[in-house]
Parts: sequence; structure tokens; C-alpha cells
Amino acid sequence: MEHAAHAASHLGPLATQAASYLWLIPFFPLVGAVINATMGARLQRRFGKNLVHVIGVGAMALSFTTACVAFLTLLGLDGEHRFLQDTLWNVFNAGKLSVDLGFALDPLSMMMTLIITFIGMLIHVFSIGYMADEPSYWRFFAYLNLFVFSMLLLVMGDNFVLMFFGWEGVGLCSYLLIAFWYTDSQKAAAGMKAFITNRFGDFGFILGLFLLFWALGGAWQTAPDGKLTYVEDAQAANAHGEQRALLDADHRGKAWDHSEGSHVSVGPTLNFRELRDQIVITSTGVAAKLKSQKMFGFGLLAVVGILFFVGAMGKSAQLPLHVWLPDAMAGPTPVSALIHAATMVTAGVYMVARLNFVFALAPAAMGWVAFIGAATALFAASIGFFQYDIKKVLAYSTVSQLGFMFIGVGVGAYWAGAYHLLTHAFFKATLFLGSGSVILGCHHEQDMRKMGGLGKLMPVTKWTYLIACWAIAGFPWASGFYSKDELLWKAFTQEGMAFPLLGFTPHLGQLIYLMGIIAATGTSFYMFRSYYMTFTGEYRGHAHHDDGHGHDEGHGHGHTPHESPLSITFVLVALATGAVLAAVLGLPTAWTGSAPLLEHWLEPSLPAVVKFAEYSHSTEFLFQFIGVSAGVIGWVFARALYKDNQSKVPAQLLERWKRAWTVVYNKYYVDELYQATVLRGAVALARLFSFIDKHLVDGLVNLVGAITRVFAELDGAIDRYLVDGLVNLVANSTLSAGAILRRIQTGRIQTYLYGALVGAIAIVFLNFLLK
Amino acid sequence: MPHLTLNHFLVVSALLFGFGILAVVTRRNAVAVLMGIELILNAANLNLVAFGRYVAGGITGQVFTLFVIVLAAAEAAVGLAIILTIYQMARNIDTSRATTLKE
Amino acid sequence: MQTQFVIFVFLALATLVGAAGVALSRNIFWSAMGLLSSLVGVGGLYVLLSADFVAITQLLVYIGGVLVLIIFAVMLTSQIQDINISNRSMGLLGGYLVFFVVATLLSFVAIWAPWKLTDVAPVANTTVAIGDGLLGKWLLPFEIASVLLVATLVGAIVIARKEVKSDS
Repeated sequence: MEHAAHAASHLGPLATQAASYLWLIPFFPLVGAVINATMGARLQRRFGKNLVHVIGVGAMALSFTTACVAFLTLLGLDGEHRFLQDTLWNVFNAGKLSVDLGFALDPLSMMMTLIITFIGMLIHVFSIGYMADEPSYWRFFAYLNLFVFSMLLLVMGDNFVLMFFGWEGVGLCSYLLIAFWYTDSQKAAAGMKAFITNRFGDFGFILGLFLLFWALGGAWQTAPDGKLTYVEDAQAANAHGEQRALLDADHRGKAWDHSEGSHVSVGPTLNFRELRDQIVITSTGVAAKLKSQKMFGFGLLAVVGILFFVGAMGKSAQLPLHVWLPDAMAGPTPVSALIHAATMVTAGVYMVARLNFVFALAPAAMGWVAFIGAATALFAASIGFFQYDIKKVLAYSTVSQLGFMFIGVGVGAYWAGAYHLLTHAFFKATLFLGSGSVILGCHHEQDMRKMGGLGKLMPVTKWTYLIACWAIAGFPWASGFYSKDELLWKAFTQEGMAFPLLGFTPHLGQLIYLMGIIAATGTSFYMFRSYYMTFTGEYRGHAHHDDGHGHDEGHGHGHTPHESPLSITFVLVALATGAVLAAVLGLPTAWTGSAPLLEHWLEPSLPAVVKFAEYSHSTEFLFQFIGVSAGVIGWVFARALYKDNQSKVPAQLLERWKRAWTVVYNKYYVDELYQATVLRGAVALARLFSFIDKHLVDGLVNLVGAITRVFAELDGAIDRYLVDGLVNLVANSTLSAGAILRRIQTGRIQTYLYGALVGAIAIVFLNFLLK
Repeated sequence: MPHLTLNHFLVVSALLFGFGILAVVTRRNAVAVLMGIELILNAANLNLVAFGRYVAGGITGQVFTLFVIVLAAAEAAVGLAIILTIYQMARNIDTSRATTLKE
Repeated sequence: MQTQFVIFVFLALATLVGAAGVALSRNIFWSAMGLLSSLVGVGGLYVLLSADFVAITQLLVYIGGVLVLIIFAVMLTSQIQDINISNRSMGLLGGYLVFFVVATLLSFVAIWAPWKLTDVAPVANTTVAIGDGLLGKWLLPFEIASVLLVATLVGAIVIARKEVKSDS
């Protein structure tokens, strides 16, 4: 661990390598989504479902291949220069804000991209078998591809805007996929719940982003030694006659960093690389300035960190915004596997890991993140004890494991949190898909009380499920062991954490460790409970007659469950293998003598320096032993109570502690609390606005209409009487003048003579007068 | 008893002319209009002779007058022939009824 | 001179009263008589102006020719029974106005204008002088006048003839 800290202090600005093919990685799934969305129905009618899933899976395969190419390129570069950049064009420029459409792959996002494309591809293959008798086949694949596109935008975006675009996109796709069978109002409601809860989180995210952007502004000066110092009052500095170059960071000035010999951009930015450079290179002084800034008496960075974490709370289902994830199980199982196990919910963890250098400067934020993570882990694990729906068990398990991940990134063990993300993706996907296989085999039965004995009937599913349980429980040589062990150890040795409003709390780390270990025990217990209830003993479900669902492969309607088709079992095996092999990436230093592979790989992305207390190797071994014991204890209890479903103890315990059991079974009534407070408030507000709109706004509009009508009538009157009157007047006067003048034409010569005479006389008179 | 001068004759001729105009302009009977024309011509003749006697000297005024008389006679003859023709056609010679020019 | 003046006044009255009769009389026959009186008066005035041949010609031609013609026309065209023929439809007022204006204007001009009166005595034997003049100095107008008279005769006959023809 020491050499990592040394490397960090010599960091310079990130060197980038151009790679113009990066945009293809999200592009393929987008194309697949568009084709299936616009033409999918027609293609399905004409060519059958084969074409649809060929497009969907093909897009994923192409994307994965491109990602592998990028991965190999990155491997070829040395550690300091592992950064691929592909900027397409500038989206907009507004004052200090400049947003590019650019993709970047550094080790962290490379890992995420590989997870997304690989596991995504496998789940697409799984869906071929699982969704075989679904009429809206094309819609499902279109949504899946769209989701992968959004997720790739999220991890590959090189600035906050693109990441937020993907953030919102995965929220949207999550809604679309959860409410896939939207004709069922409960499922539709579950989708809406997910979206709205996410929205609460996004609000916090955006506020944090604004605050960070604003905090980076200000005036800077270059000292003679090349260091930048932040100046509170630029005018005052100048007035003292200090002859220094004044750089206005609000206009994104460039600072000459003498010690590294290259330019670093200082000032408000949304680009991750520029943000990292500014903060990590201490000679710019940005980090020091940010640490010292206060807002209303609170540390600014702490507020920013907590706000960002609110976004993560929404997206990754942490307390108190966890309520949407269990309900999201209403969606098809592949959706649960992809979105709510492997990818979308990990977006929050990714975001915190990406901004590790910001969090590391704010101990209060770190403490908050770790504590919430630990509380969530414990809370969700306890609920998982008593659920009967297999998918609900897995949902609460996901919430709990996400809590573990946040423990990791909260205490500063960023690579450990990311590693747990990786291992979790594999084994949780295996578990979900395994449950999907089970559900399919039992003809869409999800209640574990009606299962049992499936181990003999569905061997492949049973073995892959067992391997995944082994991994999640944290037994040795399974990947979950290494990741969970590492982050709990780091939690214990973290002594520099603070808690918001409480200040520095040195034993917070140990408290978190304790909560984590109890949660780990619980994890092992409920996972093995689900295993024993499902796969051991005798089959308790009633034999199904043919109820009209045909399976595309196999021989349809048997009376007892049977193994799932190849497209499903193949994926299960692949994922289980991955779960096992992922262990290789995280073998700890104490065992191998060198840094774990993954830690070394992720080093360039995680430059934050966090101090951990030093303990001897033997202490480390002791804690590993404690971790294994926790898993074993949980397993033993589960086996005792649920193997072959013989034991009467669970029923007796339930009777004795009925009230407590009811509270836990009903998820501690959190949903009911929200219903009574937040939802009722929102509905009341909506009613108020509707009233205002109907009476005030419409009234105003009607008033304007009435006034206009009055004016129109006035105009009409003017037109009728004035204008027409004028015209008629002219016509009438012309007529009368004509009638009068007509009388001169008498036709009598004498009249004309008379006229001539008068005229002559008049001329004479005029002549006379004018003389 | 004032001396008889040019002015006396001129005034008489002016008045005669005025009556002639009056007759021409106001009378409805076509023959009366013709009579008015004769009056006018007479007034002119009187003027001519008076000027010949008092201003010009010689015989010029009188010769002119003779010619006028001859022409007046000729014109009266033709005019009356026309009036008679009209009378034959329309059975009256009311000038206020001769309004064909009106259209 | 006195006698001359008195005679002048008498003749002038005859002329003017006759003219008034022509213009204002409601009976066409009285108008004709008025014309007669007027023409005679003018003839007398000619005598006063030493134009004796012109006076005689006036009597012969105007009164003996034109007036007779007019009276014939009056007889032929008017219903003697109906006396009130001439209603002044044109407006007597306008006519009076014109009359006054014209008369006044002309009188004014006549009196105001500075005529260069001559001292030359009037010609003693006007007939001889006129004869000489007609066949000497004013031969052309004389001949043209005669042509005009022929044309007039022919024209009047043609007009009158047509009427006779259409009758039968």
C-alpha cells in the first residue's frame, strides 16, 4: 500500500492517447435499439423472432469486441499513460462552460465497460430463451440495447454532462423495462416508483454538480516559484503593488506548473480529466482552496460530497431511497439481472470512485458515505431473512451488497469497492439468472415455499447457484471473499474519518467494521436459506398442466420442472466461471507478496491518497479468519434450519416472535411511511396547483377572451356606423350633387344662352375689377 | 332742353338691347324669341348709325346697317319657316318643351 | 333744338315701350304690336340721325316684310283663343337681373368711353352716296349678300315645301 501513496505524490497531468474508434462502443447498441424500436414489430412478423435477437445480440457482440480491442490497446500502454480519448465535437460553449461530446477510457471505466458489454451480452443471450414466448419480443431487445447504450455513455463519458445524460438514460430504461408488462397496473406502478425515487437522487446530484462548478471559480495568482495561489480579493492584491501575473480562473486560465513542466488548466470545468488534474496536482493550489472553502459554516466539499452521494443513494438504492429496488423485481428476470445487479445500480459506486479525489478531501463526506453504506447493508440483510419470493431475497441482497461497496469507497479503499463491484456483478447475475431458470422451470412460480427438490431436476442451475452462493458468502477461494475481506479490513484500519456535524470520529471505522461483519453473517444466512429452500428436499409445487405457455426449446409442458434450454444454461455456466475466475484479480498482498492485479490496474484512475493505520500481517490474517467464520456461522444456521425443509424450528421461531417478524417481513414499514408523508404531500400539492390552474389561470384566460370580445364588438360597431357611414355619405352626396347639377341640362337653348350671357357679363366685371 | 348727343342714342340702344335679351331668354313662345332677336339687331343698327353720324362720319355706318337689315330679313324668313315646320310636327311651339338636347 | 329733343323723347318712348311689350306681354299679338311700335320708333330715330334712306328701308323691309311674316307666323301657330301662351318659366327674376345688368353695363360703357366726336356734317344726299358705295367700294359684300338672299330663299322654300308635301 505504501508505494501507491508514493506514486500519487509525483503525479502530473494525465497524458491522453487518441483512439478514434471509442464512439463505436456505445454506437452499436444504439443502432440495435433504433432498428428494433422502429422496425422490430415488422421484422418479427415477417422473419420471426430470430432476426430480432440476432440484431440485439449482434450489436452487443460488436460492442464487446470493440471494447476488447480498446482493452488490449490500454494493456499495451504503460501505467502512467493509460488513457484513451476520443472527442467527437463541441456540443456547446456558454461563457465558462464548455461541453464536448467525448469518450474516455481509463482503467476504471475500461473495467466497467468490459463488465457492461460482457455480462450484457450474456444476458441478451439468456433473454432469447427466457422471453421466448413473449409477443413483444422486439420491444424487449430494443429496450435492453438502449439501456446498454445509456450505461456506456455513463461510464465512457469524459465529462459530467455526458455522464448525467447516461445517468438519466439508465433511469429511463430502468423504468421502461421494469414496467415492461405495463398492462398490469402493479408492475406499471413499480416502474414509476423506480423512476421517481431516482429523480430525488438526481436532484441531489445536480445540486452537488452546480456547487462544485461554482466552487472552482475565483481569482488566481502565479507566485514566482510557479505555484498558483488563490486570491480572495484580486483588487486588493493588485493595489499592494504586487507584480504578479493575475490569472482569472473564471476564464479558464492556464497555469504553468514548473515542477511538472506542463500546462494545467485551472478553473470551473465539467471535464473529469481537467478536474482531476486541477485537484490532484497540489501545486496548483486548487485542492487547498477547496478544502478551506466554507458555505454557511459547513465545509463546502463536505456538502458537495454529500449531495453527490444523494444521487448515488437514489441510483444505487441506499437508505432511505432503497424502496424502489425490491418493487423493481416486477420486471422480467433478465432485467433484474442486468440492471439491478450488475450495471445500473453500480453507477453510484462508479461515480464515487470516479470522484475519489474530491471525496478524499472531505472526511465528513467519506464518513457519511461509509456509514450509510454500512447501515443499508445491515438493514437490507435483516429484511432478506424472512422473504419468501426468491427474487425479493436477491433484491435485498443486492441492496445489502451495494452497501458493502459504499463502505469500500467511503473509507477510502476505492479499488476494493470497485473490486467488490466486479465480483458482485458476476455472482449476482449468476444468482438472478439462476432464479430465472428456476422460475421458468416452475412455470413462473416465484414463491420459494412452493419450490424444493429442484437440485435433482435442474442440476446445472443448482451447481451454478451454489457456486454463486459460495462466492457471496465470502468463503475462501471465491472472489467475494477477497473483495469483502479487503474492504472490511480497510474500514477497520481507517482512523481518519469524520462524521457530518460531529466532526472527527476516530472509531467510526471500527463501528462500520462491526456493522459490516454482522451484515456479512446475515448475507451468508439468507443466501443459503434460499438455496436450501429451493434446491433441496422434495418438490412442493403442484404439477402444472399445460396452461398455454409453450417453450421454444425443449418439450414444453411437463408436469414437473425440468432443466432450462441451452441458451440459459450456457450463460449460467459462463457467469459462474467468471465469478470464480474473478478471484484471481484480487489475491491480496499478504498471500502473493505483490499488489493485487486489479489494484495495480486501477491505480492511475484512483490517485486519492488516504491514510490507513498500519497493522501486522498476523492481525490481517486474524481478521480474514473472522470474516470466514462469519460466513460459516451463517451457513451453519441456514443448513440447520432449512436443509431439505425438514426442520420445524423456523415455524416455531416465527410463532414466538410473531410481532417482530411481522415488522421485518413488512420491510420495517418504510414504504407505508413514505406513502403517508411524501406521497400525500405531493398529491395535496398537485391538487392545489390544479385548483389554481382551473380557477386562476383559466379565469384569467377567459377574462382576456371576454375583453377581446368586447373590443371586437366595439370595432364592429365602429366599422358598421363610422366607416360604412362615411362611405355611404360620400356616395349619397355624390348622388345629390349629381341630381342638383343635372338640372342645368334643361335641353332648352334659352338656358344655355342665359348661361353664356351671364358668363360674358362676369368676365367683363372681372376685367373691370382687376383693373 | 339739353342738346342731343351721341349718348342719348347709345342709352336707348342699350335699353333696347336689354329688352331684346330679356325677350330671348325668358319667353316660351318661339316666335316671341324671334321678335326678341329682331330687337337686338335693331339695337345694333341704331348703334351703327349713331356712331356713323357722330364719330365716324361718311356713309359707312348706314351701308353697314343696310346689310344688317337685309340679313335680318333673310334670317327671319328661314327662322319662321323652321318654326312652322316644328309646329306642323309637334303641334306647339313652346320652347320649354323642346328639350331633346337634354338627352 | 328743342323740337328735336322732344321728338327724340317721343320716338325713344315709342321704341322702348314697344320693346317692353315684346318682352313682357302675355299676349303674343300684343307683342307683335309692340314690335311694330318699336320698329317704327327706330325708323324715326334714323331720320333724326340724318339717315333717311336707312329709315325708309327699315320701314319697307322690317315692317312691310319681317313684321308681316311674323304676324303670319303668329296667326298660323297660335291658338288665338288661348291668350296666355307665354309663361315665363325661366324665371323672370333672372331675366330682370340680366336686363338690368346688361343695360346698365352698356350704358355705363357708352357714357364713360371718351368718344372722339367728329365735326363733319352729315352727308347731304345719302341715297346717291349709298348707291355709289354699294356699287363701288362695297361691291363684294353686296354681291355676297345677294347670293346669301338666294340661298335663303331656296332654303325657306325647301323647308316650307316639305311641309306642304307631307300634308298632301
